[in-house]
Amino acid sequence: MKSEGSVIFEKISIEDATQLQPIVSVKGLTRVFGQDPEKALALHRSGRSKQEIYEETGSTLALNNVSFEVMPGETFVLMGLSGSGKSTLLRCINRLIDPTEGEILIDGEDIVGMSQEELRATRRRKLGMIFQSFALLPHRTVLDNIAFGLEIQGIPADERHRKAEEVLQMVGLGGYGASMPGELSGGMKQRVGLARALTSDPDILLMDEAFSALDPLIRRDMQDELLDLQQRLGKTIIFVTHDLDEALKLGDRIALMKDGAVVQIGTPEEILTNPENAYVEKFVADVDLTRVLSASDVMRRPEPVAQCTAGPRVALHLMEEHDIQGIFVVTRQRLLRGRVTLDDAVEAVKKGKQMTDILITDIPVVAPDASLGDIISLIVESPYPVAVADDTGRLRGVISRGAILAALARKGEDTHAAS
Amino acid sequence: MQLPKLPVGEAVEALVDWIEEYFGWLLDGISEGLRFLVGGFQDLLLIIPALVLILLSSVLVWLVTRRDTRLAVLTALGLLLVWNLGLWDLAMLTLALVIVSTVLALAISIPVGIAAAGSDPLNAALRPVLDLMQTMPSFVYLIPAVIFFGLGSVPGIIATVVFAMPPALRLTNLGIRQVPTELIEVADAFGTTPRQKLLKVQIPVALPTIMAGVNQCIMLALSMTVIASMIGAGGLGYRVLVGIQRVDIGMGFEAGLAIVIIAIILDRITQNLVPQHENR
Ligand SMILES: Nc1ncnc2c1ncn2[C@@H]1O[C@H](COP(=O)(O)OP(=O)(O)OP(=O)(O)O)[C@@H](O)[C@H]1O
Ligand SMILES: [Mg+2]
Repeated sequence: MKSEGSVIFEKISIEDATQLQPIVSVKGLTRVFGQDPEKALALHRSGRSKQEIYEETGSTLALNNVSFEVMPGETFVLMGLSGSGKSTLLRCINRLIDPTEGEILIDGEDIVGMSQEELRATRRRKLGMIFQSFALLPHRTVLDNIAFGLEIQGIPADERHRKAEEVLQMVGLGGYGASMPGELSGGMKQRVGLARALTSDPDILLMDEAFSALDPLIRRDMQDELLDLQQRLGKTIIFVTHDLDEALKLGDRIALMKDGAVVQIGTPEEILTNPENAYVEKFVADVDLTRVLSASDVMRRPEPVAQCTAGPRVALHLMEEHDIQGIFVVTRQRLLRGRVTLDDAVEAVKKGKQMTDILITDIPVVAPDASLGDIISLIVESPYPVAVADDTGRLRGVISRGAILAALARKGEDTHAAS
Repeated sequence: MQLPKLPVGEAVEALVDWIEEYFGWLLDGISEGLRFLVGGFQDLLLIIPALVLILLSSVLVWLVTRRDTRLAVLTALGLLLVWNLGLWDLAMLTLALVIVSTVLALAISIPVGIAAAGSDPLNAALRPVLDLMQTMPSFVYLIPAVIFFGLGSVPGIIATVVFAMPPALRLTNLGIRQVPTELIEVADAFGTTPRQKLLKVQIPVALPTIMAGVNQCIMLALSMTVIASMIGAGGLGYRVLVGIQRVDIGMGFEAGLAIVIIAIILDRITQNLVPQHENR
């Protein structure tokens, strides 16, 4: 799922590379909680730490000169220990908290300088929010909770209920519209929370530890569901978590925060393989499970595959249907023959070439029992999923970059639970 | 050596004279309006035949308690007893007094409570006033009411309104302040106007607490109308008073029993008016 999610993102970046603008752009954001922000800022400029500023003035430097950009369709994760400023940062983006200094552009518009009227319009159209404790309105039915955003926008009752009903179906809660929030389980409540944010069709979803209150199994389901939704709807998501496993699984990029400042921004791979400093390194230290896992632990079913007797047209159709960039080719006995790319297949169909003409046989193949540590760089560097074949040459599975990270995240959870 | 008596009484009289001279029209207007309201309400309640009203009341109880048949039957029996004791007309006057005073008290206390929840200075300013209102013995309110409105039902209502207001105001204020921060964030994050936030989030979420205030307000109003019978407000309270004066235990007890029955019915209705929701 993850790999397909990033496929969409890549598509956007390829097509619109020239006009692609960040949808959220944060520049020099600082926030001080306390009586005298000016004094705290002055101390900060003279190089004092968060702790020293607090001792001297009683003010908290919750955000310290934070800058980053988020691209449309991207899942951007804010991660850090408790008190590192994640929630404050997220709440500055829709101005539930006003920044002390700095600039936040949403679609190029500065939300900090907006009038109340403009701010309301932006919040209604562009920004959805999902809360850790669900924050459903206890006096409203599930359906009326989901329709809340549309109601605020003055959409007539039957129209907003129709829309809400659709979204309710989408999050798998069809039939629960008339229930009260108090009657739902935690997982169901958060689906309602998700549905409520999606109903007004905002471009950006702000999620503050949205899954932290759920138990591990439900939590994993919700993560999968979010990946799935994100792939279908192409929302931009800014996701706060203090859980590295979750960050690795969900994030296209991760920003690591410490004491109100961003310490490192990078893709999950970069964060794992290239921790920028000791703090990040400590954060990712216990994720080194690559020694324990083997290829068969993380591979998924090789689906779809093309038969080598079928023509390029069939392969092309399969790739289009599953929205993938390439496909493995096998014999009837599922012996791996090679791989065909989308572009080549298009070309072949146009020029009437055969499957054998475009088959790439020189592809990386790993054994099912290969240790993840040995193959991880191969998989991370490979632009497409890597095939897993046993010693008779039969295709057993494929491993995508996303799958490896997701598996690491999952295993991490289990070992945490065990220790 | 003896100090001359300070002319406190004279000063107060002069003040009252002054107020009556310049604001007499206002006091008269208020008097007329209230008398009309109470009279109208009482007439309305009395036009309906007692048995019909008893039936309606027990159906109402049955509906708001979500089909509590036992309570509905008890309501009917209690009211039938009041009717049987020959106290129906007095009971309706008492009910009219309670309704009018409660509506007035709520019309002031709920908006002010909402305003106090949104403004710390107002809240701080109100607190000592409310403390004073609640610690003062209830019949003290009768004195200024009598001074400005004479004897009868009108000063009774005024005193009742003042006496019954504080808990509704406090609980409205408290209820709105206790709305969880996250729900306020929901309202803001979805782009509500302050008015939408108040009407669609703050008041509905605070409603159980506000209703507890309404309930208190009604109960206090009922107890105050009894006391207000000392200044001629009439109703069941007056019967109790006469019973005490004549040492007629039976008469006083019957009227007291009727008051208790009405109190219980009003209490059950208001307690069940709003469903309680599990928060979050
Ligand atoms: N309203 C506030 N008033 C004063 N200080 C605050 C306020 N909100 C946050 N802070 C402080 O700002 C810092 C950052 O808080 P924030 O809630 O953003 O952290 P967080 O990373 O979300 O932590 P957690 O994982 O515990 O939710 C903390 O030191 C906190 O004490
Ligand atoms: Mg937080």
